[in-house]
Amino acid sequence: MRERIIGALLLITALGALIALGLITYFIFQAGLPLIAKVGIWQFLSGTSWNPTGKPPQFGILPMIIGSLWLTFGSLVIGVPLGLAVAIFMVELAPPNLATIMRPAIQLLAGIPSVIYGFIGLTLLAPLVRSTLGGPGLSVLTGAIILGFMILPSIIAISEDAMRAVPSAIREGAVALGSSHWQVITGVILPTARSGIIAGVILGMGRALGETMAVIMMIGNSLDIPASPLQPATTLTSNIGLELAYASGDHRSALFATGVVLFVFIMILNALATSFVRRPVLSRRGA
Amino acid sequence: MHITPDCRNRRAADSQPRRPRALWRCLVYLGLALALAACGAGDAGGLTVTGSTSVTPFAEQLAEHYQKQHAGTSINIQGLGSAAGIRAAIDGVAEIGMSSRELQPEESAKLDEIVIARDALAVIVNPLNPIAGLSREQIQGIFSGQIGSWDALGGPSAPITIVSREAGSGTFGAFDELVMKGKPISTRALRQGSNGAIRQIVAEDPNAIGYISLGIADSTVKAVQIDSVVPSVAHVEAGTYKLVRPFLFVWRKGAQLSPLAQGFIAYVMGPEGQVELTKAGLVKGTAAK
Repeated sequence: MRERIIGALLLITALGALIALGLITYFIFQAGLPLIAKVGIWQFLSGTSWNPTGKPPQFGILPMIIGSLWLTFGSLVIGVPLGLAVAIFMVELAPPNLATIMRPAIQLLAGIPSVIYGFIGLTLLAPLVRSTLGGPGLSVLTGAIILGFMILPSIIAISEDAMRAVPSAIREGAVALGSSHWQVITGVILPTARSGIIAGVILGMGRALGETMAVIMMIGNSLDIPASPLQPATTLTSNIGLELAYASGDHRSALFATGVVLFVFIMILNALATSFVRRPVLSRRGA
Repeated sequence: MHITPDCRNRRAADSQPRRPRALWRCLVYLGLALALAACGAGDAGGLTVTGSTSVTPFAEQLAEHYQKQHAGTSINIQGLGSAAGIRAAIDGVAEIGMSSRELQPEESAKLDEIVIARDALAVIVNPLNPIAGLSREQIQGIFSGQIGSWDALGGPSAPITIVSREAGSGTFGAFDELVMKGKPISTRALRQGSNGAIRQIVAEDPNAIGYISLGIADSTVKAVQIDSVVPSVAHVEAGTYKLVRPFLFVWRKGAQLSPLAQGFIAYVMGPEGQVELTKAGLVKGTAAK
């Protein structure tokens, strides 16, 4: 009897998560789709002018889509090489003691609240960028550098797991054929762990795309389409975060519609990541 | 073999009624909490004042004092933006709405209003900026993007960093109305979510210009003269400083206000409330139009 009660409670809890997901999806789409229908999907996605309180109001989110892509791409340029390097170091080169210290330290990096990252970007990095490279300081570059560090933990953790999962038989085979350590890493470990590494990168990408608080603080939130990394920009998330508090009527619906676009982006990324994670390590190639 | 099922049965018999009871208790509490929240939103015994986030901190302060003097009263202040406050007052969702911009004609047809205080907007630049004063046309030119460099205004040859608020905020609405007059603000403008954030950016960036509440402008930034008038409380009261927006309380036209609402408005407009507001950096309001 007791077990059945516990079972039922667990079932309810498990269903709760699913129901919450369903409700969120329903709510965002229900609040956002009418506006997309009103403005027209193409006009909404490709319009370059966002003036939700103007007369007449204009709802074009292209500057934000481009801002999001710029920022996400920029954070990957910074985060992927760095994250990969750290993962390779931890798996292949670091003395075991050092690796056991580094792992929790990197997890700690994931635990720092994003508002702290944003604050560091705003008060330390932005003035530095302004005084050395010009522009207003609050820019795509500033955001991308800080975001690059914010996505490190997911990239490192998942690529490290993938590299450790490479069967030792393959590695030993390569060494037996006379490969140097570096050749083993670049020729055997990285290609074998490729799907896991890509999954980590895609998850990091999702994090960069979805980050809001830190981005609002660092990126300047201008509605221009940025022509250089030194210019400010707005992302899909930062615009929702910035404007939702005061929005009403169509303006509010337009922010939910922005959420729909973001939702679709993130779903696609997650589906990609899942498909890469599920791919077995050895199905793609051997040594 | 014989003991185990017994034990299990007894434990089950013990815990079985307890568990659902705890569950029920939780549900009851949850229900109560929801009911309470629902009551707070309605007008059962309390007063709901909704609207402008610019007015909210002042209204909260006033409500706190009022509730201290009149034990047992409950005033609920919600900062949701001027647009939301005006709509809530028209729909009767809140008894009093707060607005930090003038009502539009179609709104004032449906609402009664009083100006509880006035707030001046200061146009601020970095203290290092040599520019001391600007005309409203120049400010409009800067924020619309037509004037892109400080040297066009007699300053250093450096590009102007415009810092603005996001669409929908009361401060943005007031600036739009008082200075831009419908002209769009440049898409290159940085947008920040609060007066404080704008002040910080202008304080750090020698090329920046922004607009904030006069009460919030401190020594980290320089409030420029507008049309040769120094922004100050005295000039606002004299009517010579023009970048002024009203803080309004609005309610449905002709509505019979509850005694609590009447009492609160009387307190806000009375000497005590007005002193409170001027101490907070605002300028005295005027009676109903």
